[in-house]
Amino acid sequence: MWDYTGKVLDHFRNPRNVGVVNQPDGIGEVGSLACGDALKLTFKLDENKRIQDVKFQTFGCASAIASSSALTEMIKGKTIEEAAKVTNQDIADYLGGLPEQKMHCSVMGREALLAAIESYRTGGNVHRVLEGKVICKCFGVTEHDIEMVVRENNLATVEQVTHYTKAGGGCGKCKGDIEVIVGRIRAERLKAAPPASTESTGKRLTTIEKIRRIEETIEKEIRPMLRNDGGDLELIDVEGVRVIVALRGMCARCQVAQFTLKDVVEAKLREFVSPDLVVEEVSK
Amino acid sequence: MKTYYFDNNATTRPAPEVIEAMMPFLTELWGNPSSMHVFGGGVRKHVEQAREQVAALIHADPTEIVFTSCGTESDNTAILGAGAATDLKPNIINTRVEHPAVLGPCLELKDRGYNLIELNVDEVGQIDLAELDEALRLGPAVVSVMWANNETGTIFPIDEIARRVKAAGGIFHTDAVQAAGKLPIDVRKTPVDLLALSGHKLHAPKGIGALYVRKGTRIKPFLLGGHQEDSRRAGTENVPYIVGLGRAAELARTTRAEDWGRVAALRDRLETGLLQRCPDSSVNGDLAHRLPNTLNISFEYIEGEAILYSLSDLGIAASSGSACSSGSLEPSHVLRAMGVPFTRVHGSIRFSLSRYNTEEEVDYVIARMPAIVTRLREMSPFVPQVR
Repeated sequence: MWDYTGKVLDHFRNPRNVGVVNQPDGIGEVGSLACGDALKLTFKLDENKRIQDVKFQTFGCASAIASSSALTEMIKGKTIEEAAKVTNQDIADYLGGLPEQKMHCSVMGREALLAAIESYRTGGNVHRVLEGKVICKCFGVTEHDIEMVVRENNLATVEQVTHYTKAGGGCGKCKGDIEVIVGRIRAERLKAAPPASTESTGKRLTTIEKIRRIEETIEKEIRPMLRNDGGDLELIDVEGVRVIVALRGMCARCQVAQFTLKDVVEAKLREFVSPDLVVEEVSK
Repeated sequence: MKTYYFDNNATTRPAPEVIEAMMPFLTELWGNPSSMHVFGGGVRKHVEQAREQVAALIHADPTEIVFTSCGTESDNTAILGAGAATDLKPNIINTRVEHPAVLGPCLELKDRGYNLIELNVDEVGQIDLAELDEALRLGPAVVSVMWANNETGTIFPIDEIARRVKAAGGIFHTDAVQAAGKLPIDVRKTPVDLLALSGHKLHAPKGIGALYVRKGTRIKPFLLGGHQEDSRRAGTENVPYIVGLGRAAELARTTRAEDWGRVAALRDRLETGLLQRCPDSSVNGDLAHRLPNTLNISFEYIEGEAILYSLSDLGIAASSGSACSSGSLEPSHVLRAMGVPFTRVHGSIRFSLSRYNTEEEVDYVIARMPAIVTRLREMSPFVPQVR
């Protein structure tokens, strides 16, 4: 069984706002029977252009139903502009988190919301139009979809992209293409905000900020790579520029652990936190 | 909350008689059967008795039974072992609806340069024997066709298939994990060379399986480094579980006819009840050739995982061929190979019974299912507007 939170199970068992709004101002439909989940979202605005009523119909698993239900609760009373800012991560957070393999349920919610807003703005029931090149033919996921999800969720691996969008989860032939997209966005991210320059322009990191960013980098950039090989890493201490870590799992017994420390862990921390960091393994 | 267990093709309740038989070997009789002293060596006769009990279930000679750790190991040993028995690389022939324990080693051999031929199935899950014959004409082959399918319960004509493979000079393996204990199996009459079975599908605990290897069949061992099991499977014998499997095989052999008649009647009651009370539902599989305990039923417009969680809230345990419940993004390869439309694959539920199920339990499921289906359909965007 999936490790669903109590809130997911509550929204699955007692879904809020099921159905179709009478004479809706916006209609968003995403997904398909073939994909295994689909969501139809309809909303109606009040005189102040706030979402007065919103309803959903979902074909899908427990977390798809819960994500849809949560979304309707979250956007009720919001203006279109406010609602448009709701991300898939917000939906997952509202539910107390989703298993990573189920994050695509929250992405489906977000896509239906955007489609509904689009239909309101264009004044018609616009079915989701495929924007850009189709990357995953099994699940009909486009380059545009993948880029948006990678950017908004700061994804680092192909596996994560599959969990969030399903792309690559069918025949798997498009995994190489997804890898290229992930790599390209990472490069853009680095260019846009090189950590070294924030450092040199005098915005020195406080120790707490530095530790927080080290932890974040380990979690988002380093751990997924190590986990692919059955390893893990624990942050033990930070003393000035020295970052002391312990390798766990397969890494602890790995012949090339020193290589991993310098070429992966240190390189990533220098890239994302500060260029003067030195990584050391905790003495045994 | 009481558990209404309808997931016996996934695993079965260990029979109390089986656990009772195992206990001495987890307490006092813990010796190594290979030892040259009475304390250990004395355990040997219990292992051999279990071998006789398992052999009797399928009418084999005890020397033809190799104990393994599970059905998957048996399948892997059979396919990889037969594939590598000679320097020739035989063609590997299987079906598109095999269990992953068979598909996995077949794909591994394909990676090693073997030619893999996957036989198609029709809408009830049966292969076309002419397609098998055609594949056999391509040269020496190792063929693996399951005795009965785990998802739909479809029973293959193994007698006929085995005869054709043998006539063509091939090696024939069958994954009988779902059939053993549920259907009569007689290897004196059915010319299989290799046959896999698993303990936990017939009321022994998990962690024990067996492989039947017909005398004269050459296989390369899978586990190396010991003389055990006649050098066909190295590793100290898992004595308590072997004894448990023996007892379970005996129970299955001696109580089979009356058990399965009653189970089939309960399954039919469940099937009729659900079809009558849930509109837009349909049964998957070969109704004329089906395991007596298995019902694979699709509910249109709704998704399997949502059904399973709803059932689970009521204490009912079943399984589904939907993508979400499998943990992958692809729905059941078995139902897809049969050409079952997506609408029915995602909403497919498998109920699999055992001799422990009762009429009261079946009626509980029949009574509760309509409300679950109605509730989920009220949420579904795919239910036709005009009904």
